[in-house]
Amino acid sequence: MKLEDFDYLSRLLKERSGLVVTKDKVYLLETRLTPVARRHGLKDLDELVQTLRANRSDKLLIDVTEAMTTNESLFFRDTRPFDLFKASVLPGLMQARAGQRKLRIWSAACSSGQEPYSLAILLKENQAQLSGWRFDIVATDLSKEIVAKAKSGLYTQFEVQRGLPIQLLVKYFKQTGDKWQIDAGLRSMVQYGEFNLLTHPRSLGQFDVIFCRNVLIYFDQPTKRQVLDGLADVLTKDGVLYLGGAETVLGVTERFKPIPGLRGLYQRSDGEAAVKAA
Amino acid sequence: MKTCLVVDDSRVIRTVARKIVEELGFAVVEAEDGVVALEKSREALPDAVLLDWNMPNMDGMEYMKALRALPGGEAVRIVFCTTENDMRHIQEALAEGADEYIMKPFDAEIVKTKFDLLGLTE
Repeated sequence: MKLEDFDYLSRLLKERSGLVVTKDKVYLLETRLTPVARRHGLKDLDELVQTLRANRSDKLLIDVTEAMTTNESLFFRDTRPFDLFKASVLPGLMQARAGQRKLRIWSAACSSGQEPYSLAILLKENQAQLSGWRFDIVATDLSKEIVAKAKSGLYTQFEVQRGLPIQLLVKYFKQTGDKWQIDAGLRSMVQYGEFNLLTHPRSLGQFDVIFCRNVLIYFDQPTKRQVLDGLADVLTKDGVLYLGGAETVLGVTERFKPIPGLRGLYQRSDGEAAVKAA
Repeated sequence: MKTCLVVDDSRVIRTVARKIVEELGFAVVEAEDGVVALEKSREALPDAVLLDWNMPNMDGMEYMKALRALPGGEAVRIVFCTTENDMRHIQEALAEGADEYIMKPFDAEIVKTKFDLLGLTE
């Protein structure tokens, strides 16, 4: 790939999605964007860049951004965040919201839906203790295509075998041809939408829990700060932010601080999470 | 070291599965059908079994029932690994005592997931 083409694409992706593509990731541009070029009848990445330069409002622009920002996900990814959700986050917040009996949860980079559906399954599995409560799960992603896939609740055989215990597959999915579809009851528990984390999330309302895992790693420092500060604005003062295992707020923003004893969970610096280690 | 019995009539599948399971830290024993698997289980009960369904001589379901009837056999973690990829077979395997179920084709990530879920890995 020509240096000026690389510069053009990396600038474009940064501007549209916050994604930082460094020179050692040229292979990612080539492997992910060559199929996009072919789908649009273009010979190679040179032609793709030429076309983008000529017409940036094209659907090609959307496809390029989506191809670069779509990442594989799995059910109950990393297990521990969900164990903590059940053992510490839910009990703490339910105590704090005993009056309202309502919690709002945001999966801020939901990809193909495994994270919000894992939360929905967890809530369903514990419904006996949650009766009379309302849980809003809002799930957003930058990619229109991936949000549509998440909404459909349809997964390949490979996808349903990543992270999902077989008993839960049997209980909550039905087989449709060569795919597996999560049941309508669970699908209706999640409200999906497109959302770009580079914009301020105030239009989505306030949340008690925000999952924003494995996204910040793709951003540079100023973008990380911008995104985290936006999340701090929409997280309740006693709410909880989940980040990925390789991510931290330390040295990025002063708006969040770690919750002692709960690795990967953060609280607002000007508040205190209604959550303690179990 | 924990042991895993890999039971499949395909030598290729056994070789692939052995490599994956060894990387998860297991000592692997192989068997090409249920009869051989049962002999090896009588000699020494494994911690886990990765088990094909359709095999000559004795199939996976018969073997699982026989294994469960052995002293200590109820504690062995059994993961079916089969081309029987429909809900009816999965439900039947679970009802008869399987702990997990892998639908072929599979990869290292899926085997690791299933072993993790059963607490078989560190």
